[in-house]
Amino acid sequence: MSPRISPVTRVVAIGIGAALFFVLGRFLAIPTPIPNTTINLQYAVLAVFAVLYGPLVGVLAGLIGHVLVDATGYGIWPTWETGTAVFALIVGLVMLHNHVREGEFPRRTLVRFVLAVAIANAVTWVLWAPIGDVLIMGEPASKVFTQGVLAFVANSVTAAVLGGIILGIYARSRTRTGSLTLDR
Amino acid sequence: MTAPLLGYVERPGLLHTLTGTAKLVLTIAMVLAAMISFDVRFLAALGVLSMIGWALSRVRLRDLATVLWIILTFMVLNNLLIFVFAPGYGSELLGARHVIVDGPGRWDLTQEQLFYQLAVTLKYFAMLPAVLLFVATTRPPEFASSLHRIGVPYKVAFAVSLALRFIPDIQREMRTISQAQQARGLDISRKVGLVTRVRNVVSTLMPLLLGSLDRIETVSSAMELRGFGRGRGRTWYDVKPMRTRDWVTILGAAAVVAAAIVMVVVDGGRYWNPFGA
Repeated sequence: MSPRISPVTRVVAIGIGAALFFVLGRFLAIPTPIPNTTINLQYAVLAVFAVLYGPLVGVLAGLIGHVLVDATGYGIWPTWETGTAVFALIVGLVMLHNHVREGEFPRRTLVRFVLAVAIANAVTWVLWAPIGDVLIMGEPASKVFTQGVLAFVANSVTAAVLGGIILGIYARSRTRTGSLTLDR
Repeated sequence: MTAPLLGYVERPGLLHTLTGTAKLVLTIAMVLAAMISFDVRFLAALGVLSMIGWALSRVRLRDLATVLWIILTFMVLNNLLIFVFAPGYGSELLGARHVIVDGPGRWDLTQEQLFYQLAVTLKYFAMLPAVLLFVATTRPPEFASSLHRIGVPYKVAFAVSLALRFIPDIQREMRTISQAQQARGLDISRKVGLVTRVRNVVSTLMPLLLGSLDRIETVSSAMELRGFGRGRGRTWYDVKPMRTRDWVTILGAAAVVAAAIVMVVVDGGRYWNPFGA
């Protein structure tokens, strides 16, 4: 995230990010046999938004998008929606000060991105969401942690692979700063 | 896209005449109360309250049939899983054990387990219909202005209304891209291998995403040109004035949350325990 992004662009990025999250979450989810758990493309897109526009945009886009998905599906499930926000927050924070917008996506940044996604997924699905489920929803611990580990594995792989591919292509589509040299 | 976004049902009932703000407060209160309490009686009462809301709003069961099926399937699966993973959790929580059916291994069916799973199921019944009801009776544009009214910063509220505005566009775009790619022979169904499928999904996702990122630039330029974000507040196109019935609803919402807290104090914990010593 570079500090040059205007606040207006951020507002729009939140809105359109949430809309993308909604559309992908609603119409492109691949269900797994465990209830409340699907293989999700939207987390890859959310991670990309957190990288390009920063943690704040990621958090709000994820929160709004996920609440819309759930509110039009089967109702609110607070521990998982806030989990999405936590995920975007961590990815955004770990990826602060990257130069993907300027067309730079070296191996170093890719490794950082994969790590960010893995950490964020671990905190979200193995800590935040299951503990919330136990404390607030009173679900048995063994069940929610099994669900959480499954979600962690599935989401980490999808988000890291797809997110990496997307960022790579995006970086190539941007004009590098200082890519022009003076011809003498 | 002819299907209405967010399942709003146009059929004037009592709940439709309330302002979005009042309904939003009530919905949040009901979700909050259902999250706090584990008292079976209280959760059942919340569920009944939702049912009364359904009746008053004249939203027919048929309007939300698909959604209700999803919830029902989810509940059944969830209950089965809880039993498979933790058949003794009810006894552990309630500190008593009355076996009904002596199952294999640790999977004995106990009264406490049934009671605990009843509480979990009732929790969904108390929480989920309220949200669906809100969605069915509130027009999407009013949703954003309601958010602003209950104290959400207007830029965030505006982001919500942008999201609602762009969902149909992105949906249409996704379908167009997907069909175009399918016409080129890119298959994303189960007929091809996983790796090919992922690659084909990416080639559908990429144009959609790059298009959306471009759109962000365009829209934000347009908004900046019109001076968005200059003032400290903004007005909304879709705002209804607050009337007495709205204030009554908000009072009711406060009462629901208060009742949840009172029940925790009365029961001496979040669970109501009829088995207790």
